[in-house]
Amino acid sequence: MNGLLVLIPIALLLGMLGLGAFLWSLRSGQYDDLDGAAHRILSDNDDAPNA
Amino acid sequence: MADGAVIAQEPLLRGACCPAPTPELTPRAPSMAAERWARDAGDGVMRVDFLAPEVSCAACISAIEKGLQAAPGVESARVNLSMKRVGVTYRSGETSVDEIARRLEGMGYGVKPFDATAFQSLETDAVGRALLACLAVAGFAAANVMLLSVSVWSGAVDATRDLMHWLSALIALPAVAFAGRPFYRSAWNALRVGRLNMDVPITLAVLLAAGVSLFETAHSGHHAYFDASVSLLFFLLIGRYLDHRTRGMARSAAAELSALAASAAALVTPGGTKRLVAIEELSPGDLIEVAPGERIPADGEVLDGVSDMDRSMVTGETTPETARPGTIAHAGMMNLTGLLRLRVSATEDGTLLAEIARMIEAAERGANRYTRLADRAARIYAPGVHLIALTAFIGWMVWTGGDWRVSVMIASALLIITCPCALGLAVPAVQATAGGVLFRNGVLVKDGAALEKLGEIDTVVFDKTGTLTLGRPRLVDGPSDPKTWCLAAGLAEASRHPLSRALLAAATDRGVQPERVENASEHPGAGVEATRVGADAGSRVRLGRGDWCGAPELSGDALTRVWLHVEGRDPVAFAFEDEMRADAASVMASLKELGLNTLLLSGDRESVVSVAAARLGVDAWRAELTPANKLAALKALADEGRKVLMVGDGINDAPALAAAHVSMSPAAAADVSRAAAGMVFTGDALAPVAFAHKVSRTARTRALQNFAIAAGYNAMAIPLAMFGFVTPLIAALAMSGSSIVVTLNAVRLRSLNAEGHSR
Repeated sequence: MNGLLVLIPIALLLGMLGLGAFLWSLRSGQYDDLDGAAHRILSDNDDAPNA
Repeated sequence: MADGAVIAQEPLLRGACCPAPTPELTPRAPSMAAERWARDAGDGVMRVDFLAPEVSCAACISAIEKGLQAAPGVESARVNLSMKRVGVTYRSGETSVDEIARRLEGMGYGVKPFDATAFQSLETDAVGRALLACLAVAGFAAANVMLLSVSVWSGAVDATRDLMHWLSALIALPAVAFAGRPFYRSAWNALRVGRLNMDVPITLAVLLAAGVSLFETAHSGHHAYFDASVSLLFFLLIGRYLDHRTRGMARSAAAELSALAASAAALVTPGGTKRLVAIEELSPGDLIEVAPGERIPADGEVLDGVSDMDRSMVTGETTPETARPGTIAHAGMMNLTGLLRLRVSATEDGTLLAEIARMIEAAERGANRYTRLADRAARIYAPGVHLIALTAFIGWMVWTGGDWRVSVMIASALLIITCPCALGLAVPAVQATAGGVLFRNGVLVKDGAALEKLGEIDTVVFDKTGTLTLGRPRLVDGPSDPKTWCLAAGLAEASRHPLSRALLAAATDRGVQPERVENASEHPGAGVEATRVGADAGSRVRLGRGDWCGAPELSGDALTRVWLHVEGRDPVAFAFEDEMRADAASVMASLKELGLNTLLLSGDRESVVSVAAARLGVDAWRAELTPANKLAALKALADEGRKVLMVGDGINDAPALAAAHVSMSPAAAADVSRAAAGMVFTGDALAPVAFAHKVSRTARTRALQNFAIAAGYNAMAIPLAMFGFVTPLIAALAMSGSSIVVTLNAVRLRSLNAEGHSR
C-alpha cells in the first residue's frame, strides 16, 4: 500500500504534464491549421534556422 | 548560402495540382474597393486576409509565402491550408491590398480579399479553443478519477477508500468548476428567462453528484460519484465541440460564398474618367460602364451602346435579348457582345432586386419556425428528468422516514444515469459526420437545420435554366455540308457570343478547320459579318439572328437558332439548346424511385420547358412563371401540407427558395439565391442533390436510432436507480456504454459515399 503514496503522485504529475503540454500547444495556435502542418513538413527549408 | 541563390533555384518546384503562374499582370476587377478589407494591426502595419481556393499543397504554401515575403512592403505572409486563406501583414504606404492581390494572381492564385473582422471569431476561433481546453481538462480528470475509482470498486475499504475518494475530490472538483462552465452559463441564461433547456439537468446532475460525493467522502461514505460527474462532462463536451465545429463549417461556407460574390462596377465620373467601385457604393443616377462578358452590377437604363443580354439568371429565359438605348437592364443579366453605358436607377424601390428582396422577406416571415430535432427531444427530456428525480427524492424521503442523505444520493444517481448523452453527443456526432461527408462530395451546408429538414421532404421543385441545365448552349442540329461548317466556324471565331463559342466547340469536335475570313466585325444584337477570301473572295457572309440574315421566322419550338447567310444563297440554320446537366434525367429518376414528387417551375417559354420536362420525366411542369408566380406555387404546395425541397439558381427563384421547406442552389447561382438557399452544391453534376437527400435521410434515421438506444438504456436504468441499486460502478458503465454506442452509430455515416452518383 505504501507504494501507492509514491505512485499516485507520479501518475498525477505525468498526467498534468501531458495536460499542460496540450493546453500550451492549443494556446500557441498549433491546432489552427492542421492540414497546413501536414504539408509544411514536406518542404525542408520552411521555418528552418538560417544556415 | 545567399538567400537569392535558394530562391532562384526553387520557385520552379511546383506540385502537379498548383495553378500555373500567369506572366502578365492583368488589371483585376475588384480594385480600389479592396482596401476597405484591410484592418489596422498597429504601428502603420495593416493586415488583410484573402480567400485562395486553389491553395492545395506544400508547394503552394511555400510559393505563396516566399513570393509575398520577397515583395516590397510585405511584413509577413501565412497560408492557412485548412481554411484556404492567406493572411498578409504589410506596411501601409509601401504597398496596397491591390498590389498584393495582383502579385498572388501573378502566381496563378485567384484570390478575393474578405472581411475577416466580421468572421474574427471564426478565424482565431476563441470559442473552439476554450471548448477544447475544457475538453482536455475534463478528459484528464475523467481518466485519473476513473483509475482511482477502479481501485475502490475492486475492494478498497476504510482508510484506503477514503484516501482514494479524497484524491478523486482533489482532481474532480477543480475540473468540474473549470470544464463545466459552458453548461453552467447556458443553464443560467435559460433559467434567468424562466425556461428549461438541456443544460439545466446537466448542470444539476454534475453539481449534485460532485456535492453529494464530497459530503459522502467527508463522512467516510461508501459511494462517491466523482468519476460520473467528470466523465459526464467529458462526453458532453465532445458533443459540444462537434456541434461547434459543424456550425463553424457552415458559417465559414456562408462567409466564403458571400466573399466570392464581392465584385466591382466601373463608375464613369462626371469628368469622364473611369473608376472601379464596390457595387454597394453605387447610387442612383451614377453612370456605369459594363464591358462584354460582365454581369450588369445594378438595375439601370441603357444610355449608350447596343448588345445582347443573357437574361437567364434573372428571368430563366434562355434566348438573349437585345439591349439598346432605352432598355431597362436588371442586375444579374450578362452583357454578351457590346460595351454598354447605363444610368443606375433608384435602388430603394422599383428595381427588380428590391422587389425580389421584399418577396424574400415576406416568404421568410411566412415560413414556419422549425424546431431542431435535438431541441424537440430536449423539450420532452428536460422536464421529464426533473420530474422523475423529484419523484424519487420524495419517494425515498417518505419511505426512509426523512433520511435526506440517502434520498439526495438516489436522486443524483438518477440524474447521472439519465444523462442526456443521446441528445448532447449523438445528434452533434451525426451532424458533424453528415456535414463532413457532404462537404467531401461538393455540398456546402450553410444552415444546420437544412440538413434535418432535407430528410423530411416529399416534393422536389426544380428550376430549369441554370439548375437542370448548365445555362450553356449546345449545338443540336446543323447543316451536313462540311464547307458550310468551315465558313461558319471561321465567322464564329470572330465573336465572343456564347452561341458562337458553342458553334466553334461543336466544329472542333467534328474536326472542322475554320475557314479564314477577313474584316470580321461583330454587330451587337445581330451577329458577325465578314468578307471571304480565296475562291469566293470579296463576297460578304453573315452569321447571326434570323431577321438579320434574311431567314424565315420560326416560332413555337424549343431551339435557339443562328443563321449563316452567304450572299446569293439561302440562309442555313444551326440550332442550339441549353445543355442539360448530364445526370439530370438519372437524378430525377432516382428521386422518383424514392417516392418523391418532382415538379418543374420555369420562367422560360412553354415550348422549351415542355421539351425539357418530357425528356426528364418530371411529374408536372409549369412555364413562363414570374418570381411571384413561383412563390405562389410554393405557398400553394406548403398549404397542401407538402414539405418541399426547392432547387434553383436564378434571381427569379430567390423568393421561392426562401419560401420552401428547404432549398439548394448550385454554386454558380445568383448571389441572392445562394444567400436564400440552405445548401449549395458545386460542380456540373446534379447528383449532389440526390446525394444530399440520401445523406440527410440516413442522418435522420441515425439520430432517431440514437434516441431509441438512449431511451432503451434509460428505460432499463431508471427503475434500477429509483430503487437504489445504481452504484457508481453501474452508473459509469451505463453512461460510457451508451455514449460509445451512439457515437459509433453516428460515425457509421462516414461509409456513405456518392458511388453510383459520381461523375
